[in-house]
Amino acid sequence: MHTEQVQDNIIAIWNTDFEVRSLDQAGSNESEQQHPWWHLLKYLVAGIFFGIVLVKSEVVVWFRIQEMFRFQSFHMYGVLGSAVITAAISVFLIKKFKARTIYGEPVKFYPKKFSKGQVFGGLLFGTGWAFTGACPGPLYSLVGSGVTVILVVILSAIAGTWVYGRFREKLPH
Amino acid sequence: MNFGEWLSQPWPWYVAGPLIGLMVPVLLLAGNKSFGVSSSFRHICAACVPAKIPFFKYDWKKEQWNLFFVAGIVIGGFVAFNYLNSGAYAIDERLSAELQAYGIANFESPSPTEIFNWQSLFTLKGFLMMIVGGFLVGFGTRYAGGCTSGHSIMGLSNLQWPSLVATCCFMIGGLIAANFILPLILKL
Repeated sequence: MHTEQVQDNIIAIWNTDFEVRSLDQAGSNESEQQHPWWHLLKYLVAGIFFGIVLVKSEVVVWFRIQEMFRFQSFHMYGVLGSAVITAAISVFLIKKFKARTIYGEPVKFYPKKFSKGQVFGGLLFGTGWAFTGACPGPLYSLVGSGVTVILVVILSAIAGTWVYGRFREKLPH
Repeated sequence: MNFGEWLSQPWPWYVAGPLIGLMVPVLLLAGNKSFGVSSSFRHICAACVPAKIPFFKYDWKKEQWNLFFVAGIVIGGFVAFNYLNSGAYAIDERLSAELQAYGIANFESPSPTEIFNWQSLFTLKGFLMMIVGGFLVGFGTRYAGGCTSGHSIMGLSNLQWPSLVATCCFMIGGLIAANFILPLILKL
């Protein structure tokens, strides 16, 4: 029991990528309120909205991704650029006015730590993005659009994530 | 053109981009969630096949929101494709000429039907593009710590320079793959 706890603490310290909030020991004093499960449905609604926009903006279209990487169309750069600008203004306003969540908690931001993974992983993901013509969001939305074989692509992506987790310590970071 | 017809057209970038960008404040204000999609793959690993790997040893149930979010994306894809669809895609002439030389001539599906079908999973071309491509998406995003949403939109909007590094590498990787590697695969 005791060793288990020690091991968990070691994992928590070692795992500093901050992408999983339940690992984030620094945030242990946060008053994470408990809500009934149906409060999670608002994320389902947000996802539905996002999925519709991904299809209607043709970000899910393999051909658009090929045009982007061949500099044959401005469309994707326009989508990504205006998305970043809109998000950046929103983040600026949230920080400036110290906006709170709908539950009254202060909005928190997590810094991204640099690692060589952003270079190596980034190059590998870029390759996968060009091959499949889809990043993770569009992969999900393509399944809904009836391209059922994309389920296999998602399974393969899950396998890739698993293999990364398995060999994480051996990879340069 | 009424609103319904307008919705069924492809949305221009200056409409779609800001709507995508708004996902960031919506998720933050809805419950302090950082916009990101690729971490869903990690949560699925943690829930289904953790195999005592430290990277998957965490309480994935606390991250359930992300799984609801991606389930929503699937539903959204269904709604948009079935009720707000406009038909074939207008492709740049240079790209369509290049692809037709490789036998890709159907521009009516979001993914080229000549490659993205169940039978072609068992061909070398289909294997490389779908299985290897998917593997690289999963491996690469986790190694980089995020994908287009987590790094390029959430990270850049919060002025995180590691996300700028990641975004540049996504683009470099994609440029090399699309222009130099993909033509070799499409020739198969």
